[in-house]
Amino acid sequence: MLNNITMGQYYPVDSRVHRLDPRIKLILTIVFIVIVFIARTFLGYAVILAFVYLASRLANVPFRMLLRGLKPLRLIIILTFLLNLLFTTGETLWLEFWIVRITKEGFMQAAFYSLRLVFLVIGTSLLTLTTSPVSLADAIEILLTPLKKIHFPAHELAMMMTIALRFIPTLLEETDKIMKAQMARGADFESGNLISRAKAMVPLLVPLFVSAFRRAGDLAMAMESRCYHGGDGRTRLRVLKITKNDWIACGVMAVLLALIILEGIFL
Amino acid sequence: MPIEVCHLTHCYSEGSAFRTVALDDVSFRIDDGEFVGVIGHTGSGKSTLVQHLNGLLRPSSGQVLINGEDLNGEHVNRRALRQRIGLVFQYPEYQLFEETVAKDIAFGPKNQGLSADEIAERVRYAMDCVHLDYDKYAERSPFELSGGQMRRVAIAGVLAMRPSVLILDEPTAGLDPRGRDKILSMLEELHARENTTILMVSHSMDDMARLATRLIVMSEGKIVVEGTPREIFAREDMMTSIGLDVPDAARLCARLRTMGYNLPADLFRPEELKEQLLRLWKEGSAC
Repeated sequence: MLNNITMGQYYPVDSRVHRLDPRIKLILTIVFIVIVFIARTFLGYAVILAFVYLASRLANVPFRMLLRGLKPLRLIIILTFLLNLLFTTGETLWLEFWIVRITKEGFMQAAFYSLRLVFLVIGTSLLTLTTSPVSLADAIEILLTPLKKIHFPAHELAMMMTIALRFIPTLLEETDKIMKAQMARGADFESGNLISRAKAMVPLLVPLFVSAFRRAGDLAMAMESRCYHGGDGRTRLRVLKITKNDWIACGVMAVLLALIILEGIFL
Repeated sequence: MPIEVCHLTHCYSEGSAFRTVALDDVSFRIDDGEFVGVIGHTGSGKSTLVQHLNGLLRPSSGQVLINGEDLNGEHVNRRALRQRIGLVFQYPEYQLFEETVAKDIAFGPKNQGLSADEIAERVRYAMDCVHLDYDKYAERSPFELSGGQMRRVAIAGVLAMRPSVLILDEPTAGLDPRGRDKILSMLEELHARENTTILMVSHSMDDMARLATRLIVMSEGKIVVEGTPREIFAREDMMTSIGLDVPDAARLCARLRTMGYNLPADLFRPEELKEQLLRLWKEGSAC
């Protein structure tokens, strides 16, 4: 019933991109977002497209997996395109009927802005496809560490993220089990109007909450009995290390940044 | 309501890389009034099988016939059938949700659309079946009971629908010996008094030795052997080869036999072993 839901979209293969340090990957993704924003011409976008395509090849991730990330956003992308197309004023008139005026400038801007969205999604998808949620949480923790000086709970935040991610499949499984158990007692989750359906959720949600709290209690107990007391002085099992690979990736991204900046100046 | 399973196969995650065959061409039949035990190792497909008998899973191929009618046929009212075949899941106490024990037990009968009087009567009946005192427990919250009591409330919740077949998936798992004993004697009584057909999944051979009239042994999604407990527990080699035990009494009996004691080969209940040992003692012919 619920096994069609896959959480996160980590694509578990081995590649140079997968092996990159998650901190570096996170920073490079942010740089990539900046690059997408400073690119000014379609030529720049062509370069970015080439980069993304090559990166996905290098990561062993099928390009259509990247495009799949666009699906939930297609409405926003289409809307962006239409709004820019219809409401941008321009000189070169292409088409006019009734109150609709489509100009060359409008079309260019519409295409440009929607492409920008597409690249943003694809770039960040590449990060989540090649980085497991746990190492991503690790990376976030380390990158937020400087904020500890102003008492920002970086470690706690990362630990919460990790635990939440860890328990999503467990809770899904639990939901499935309780649902079946209540169906065996004649519960009906599928028919009826909105109110009766909402009411039918009670026998599902109450046990689910009860078991979530029970699990939380058990987990807290298990962590404390293994002397967990927060992030202070805690060492890690997997120490993140910057390798040659990471420097190469940084270099490639720097070249891309330089190209796009030059393109902004000279074209 | 006889249940017939014909060539039932079930695959999880069909059509993906994670495809696993949980049931592979399983066929058997359960007649009215039987107490059938299904035993098998973890992952042998027991739980999957149980869910098929109740129509909660759809077979990849094969059929489940209830009273001669295909459970997955087009015009079958599965909800109504589910109430005639009571299914108690593993750790059923985790499905409790109401404020009081009585209300929780009433959930099933309420879904059957019974009148308030009838429901109240069913709740009393079900609590009586599981040996919970109505006056003492009906108005208590199910969440403040002990683990064994919670489980009995959950079983009562299924019994209140008065199913003609009762299916239990590991009803004694995780209980202390006393809680376990209570559940088993409750099932024994139910089987004897109401002649309810019972199918119980377990990997406790001692539970099976005590209750089952017939055993189905499963391994890796297939039925390995079917027969009376006496036939099956006498074959310790076969059982160990698929990673299962035989009841303690049967093992002890086999050990004593290899030591030269004159005992029958097919003992598996503690009482009958005791009797035989007393007989040997009285005859004074230990060896």
